[in-house]
Formats: sequence, structure tokens, C-alpha cells
Amino acid sequence: MPERARPVPFRGGGFAPVAKRGTGIAVFALLLALIEWGTRAGWISNLTLPVPSDVAATLAGMARSGALWTHLAPSLVRLAVGSLIGVSAGIAVGVMIGLFSYVRAGLVPLVAAIFPIPKIALLPLFVIWFGIDEASKYALIALGTFTPTVVATYGAVDNVDRSLVRMGQSFGLKWSSIVRKIVLPGALPGILSGLRVSLAIGIILLVAAEMLGAEHGIGAYILQAGSLYDLERLFAGVVILSVLGVLTSWVIGRAERRLLRWRG
Amino acid sequence: MDLTLQRIGHRYGGMPVLQDISLRIPAGEILCVIGPSGCGKSTLLRLIGGLERPDEGEVLQLGDAPEGCLNPLTYVFQDFALLPWRTVEGNISLVLEDHGIRGKAARAVIADVLARTKLSDFRAALPRQLSGGMKQRVAIARALAVNPAVMLLDEPLSALDAQTRELLMEDLVALWERQRFTGVYVTHNLTEAVRLGHRIAVLSRRPGRLREVIAVNRPIADRRAGDSDLDALQARLWDLMKQEALAADQELLDA
Ligand SMILES: Nc1ncnc2c1ncn2[C@@H]1O[C@H](COP(=O)(O)OP(=O)(O)OP(=O)(O)O)[C@@H](O)[C@H]1O
Ligand SMILES: [Mg+2]
Repeated sequence: MPERARPVPFRGGGFAPVAKRGTGIAVFALLLALIEWGTRAGWISNLTLPVPSDVAATLAGMARSGALWTHLAPSLVRLAVGSLIGVSAGIAVGVMIGLFSYVRAGLVPLVAAIFPIPKIALLPLFVIWFGIDEASKYALIALGTFTPTVVATYGAVDNVDRSLVRMGQSFGLKWSSIVRKIVLPGALPGILSGLRVSLAIGIILLVAAEMLGAEHGIGAYILQAGSLYDLERLFAGVVILSVLGVLTSWVIGRAERRLLRWRG
Repeated sequence: MDLTLQRIGHRYGGMPVLQDISLRIPAGEILCVIGPSGCGKSTLLRLIGGLERPDEGEVLQLGDAPEGCLNPLTYVFQDFALLPWRTVEGNISLVLEDHGIRGKAARAVIADVLARTKLSDFRAALPRQLSGGMKQRVAIARALAVNPAVMLLDEPLSALDAQTRELLMEDLVALWERQRFTGVYVTHNLTEAVRLGHRIAVLSRRPGRLREVIAVNRPIADRRAGDSDLDALQARLWDLMKQEALAADQELLDA
């Protein structure tokens, strides 16, 4: 008796996320449309959420009056300066931890001790140390981005293929060449993905710092709106922050694609 | 430049891996090292090239490396060890940069070694774009670029398929004919050993000791696949290895 022929069941596929263009935007649009409908129809009370189109109007108004820029500019400077200090110090310390046993033994416990401290709780202390001006805000953002960068960097250095290092030694490369040409490029993927986390933490701390003693800045703007229970303006501020987050992540994505082209 | 191993012994965490190995590696000769898995062949090669210090005995270098030799003891690794972020050209220039060879001089060296390994068309390719055989040819080109006095090859062909292996073996013979480098060639593959070795050192199972050193008298360029005396030699090597390999297998089961 001939056996019945049927196709072998397919069991492969999946576990390989690919970029699906526009999906993210579609999810956003759908959510906004839902809220717009809900707030207008009344099944979402206007104490819970503002009408999205009103928030958009507030944003447009801010852009027209120039208020958007007066708040955004100081925030961007704080984020840039603070995270530049934190990230570059973090990469330097992370590489040292990755390369030198004594530095590792000395600093890894210290970093582990600093990492979980909510930096926001230290803000009053920072104000005493660095003054109420910009310096304390830079310091807060720098410390907040420093620790995750250190952890990501030394992990990345640890993961560099030792056989490549051995190859460098076998060709008599100088120590500095091995670090510059083998260890650092090998650690770059890990460092860049650590940067995503660090910068997101930077934005969180930026707002926190601005809520305490800042005249201008997105954080100050949100705090003001919140205390007046002005939901449109509060959400306008939140939207600006989200856009900022998406933008930094996009910039890092671009950098990854440029610098890590060799991964294919 | 000759190399001499004097009563080399080595252990890892108390476990002896190599014992009492004395060997002479004269200039211009290829020494093949075979032995069962885990007998310490790679370790021996690391000791010869100075990547690790032997616990006992020493590796001596007799005479100076010839003029123009940038890196006397040069490895070719089983896993190629190419930098994935550098092109073929960049991977070769990596080993020249530290010797101050840049620009025009570097391009001349790179063009020469790429021509010798038949890679001239792949100068700008990244490692991930190359097949396994081509990657190993790049690694060989990189080794040739520093004009080594001694080439240390750790199973350079074992990551490759049989056809590519055959082709690369012929390439190695041609390269050796052109410039008679000294070679220490570690392999599992007895065919490779009888085709490329002037002498073949057989190690016992772990702890690796020298069981026998067999000279192959026929000139390397005249050896072909299927030569009857080479086949006989290969059979003899297999006899030597078989008991060791069986016993080594048993030990792993007991461990
Ligand atoms: N760095 C190391 N630390 C501890 N043990 C090691 C180390 N390197 C090798 N060994 C052990 O030493 C023994 C010999 O290893 P080696 O790699 O030299 O063998 P091999 O002959 O090259 O084996 P194979 O044929 O599988 O390549 C093995 O048992 C291995 O587990
Ligand atoms: Mg080995």
C-alpha cells in the first residue's frame, strides 16, 4: 500500500527580528487616534488625558512664540555637556578595567556600589558641591551616564576575541597597537549598545535636574505645567522628551551602521 | 636560523601536558607534528613561538634571523585570526605598520604577497565576504608579509573542506619551493603530514612525549596523492597513532 505523501511541516523561522518599515509609526498613529476619539467622545475623561490635537496645537504655539527653543536649547546643552563628560570618562575607565587587573580589582566594586544609587537622591548634595547653576546639572548627568558606560565598556573589552589579541602578540605588535587596533575596535559594538542605555538615563536625569532650580529647560517647563495641572503643556513637554529619546537612539543607530559596517 | 627544543616539559594546573621533548628543526625544513587529540600539539607550538613559557627545558634559536625578516617566528592559526573590521589589505598592513612600513613600501609588500597567494582581486574585501579557503590564504599572505624565518602552522587546513584543503596544500608546496621557509606544521591529518613534512614527529597521547621522528625522503614537489610509498608511510603512521588514539579516547571516557 503506497504511503500518503505530505509536505514536511515547517518548523524554522523566527528569532531573527528584521526592520519592518513604518510599523512603529503605525502603532503610534493608532494609539493617538484611539485617544483622540476617546477624549472627544468622552469615554476618556479630560482629567485623565488631554486631547492629542490640543497637545499638538500647544506644541505649534510654543514653536511660533519661540518658547520651544528657549526651553529646548539649555536642555540640549546640559544633556550634551553632561553626557559627553560621563560617557568619555566611562569609556576610559571601562577600558582600563578591561585591561588592568589592579584597576579591575579596585574599581569594579566601587562602580557596583555607585550604580544602584538613585542619582536624583543626590541632587541636593550636588547643589552644595557644585552650586545651583549649570555645574551641578552637568555633574548629575555625567555621573548618571558614567556608571552604565563603565559597565558596558569593560564587558565589551572582556568579550574581545582573545585569539585576535594572541595573533597581535605573535606578530610582535606593540601593546599600544594591540589596544588601539584590536581591543578597541573589537569592543566598539558593546560600547555603542551601552551608549543607548547611558543616554536614555541621561535624559531622565536631565529632567530631574531641571525640576530643581532651573528657569528654562524641558524639565522646568513640565514641572510648571504639572503644578498648574495644565495637561496640554505637560504632555507637550513629555512629547518633546520622547522625541529627544527617539532622536538619540536614531543617531546611535546611524553611528552603528557606519562604524560597524564590517559586521554586515 | 635553526631551532632546538631541549627537554621541553609543560603542565597545566598540575596536569602534565608535554614531557621531555627534544627536537631539532633545521632551517629550510618542514617538521610535521602529529598526535592524538589533546596530546599537547598546540601547546608545543605556543612554546616554540614564545607565546607561552615552558615549565621545563628551553627553546633555543641558533643563529640570527636572515636580513629583512620582520617577525622571525610567525603563526598561521587554525581559525585564521583575521580582524573582521579590516579589509584583506588592512589585515596585512596591520603587521607591517608597527615596523614603520607604510604607504608605498607597504603597498608593494601587500601586492607581492597577495599575488603569491592568488588574492590580488580581493584586496578590498572584508573577511566576512571570503570563503574559508580564501580566509586562510589571507592569513598565509599576512604571515609571508613579515618574511618569517620560521612558520608555525597549527592545523591551518582543518577548518576547510577536502577539496579546498587539497588546493591549499599545493599552494603551500609552491610557496615553499619558491622561498624555502622553515616550518612546524601541526596537523591531525596524516595525508597532510606525508605530503608536506620533511620529517614527521609523532607524539604519544597526553602527556605528549616524542614517540618517533620519521624522515620522508622524497622531495616535497614530487609527492602526489596516491603515491604508493607515501600511502605505505601513512599506513605506518596510522598504526603508530591508532593505539594512542584509542587509549586517549578511553581516558576521556574514564575522566
Ligand atoms: N590554557 C590552558 N589551560 C589549561 N589547560 C589547557 C590549556 N591549553 C590546553 N590545555 C589542556 O592541555 C591539553 C593539551 O592541549 P592542546 O590544545 O595543546 O592539545 P592538542 O594536541 O593541540 O589538541 P587538538 O588536537 O585537539 O588540537 C588538553 O588537555 C587541554 O585541555
Ligand atoms: Mg590543537
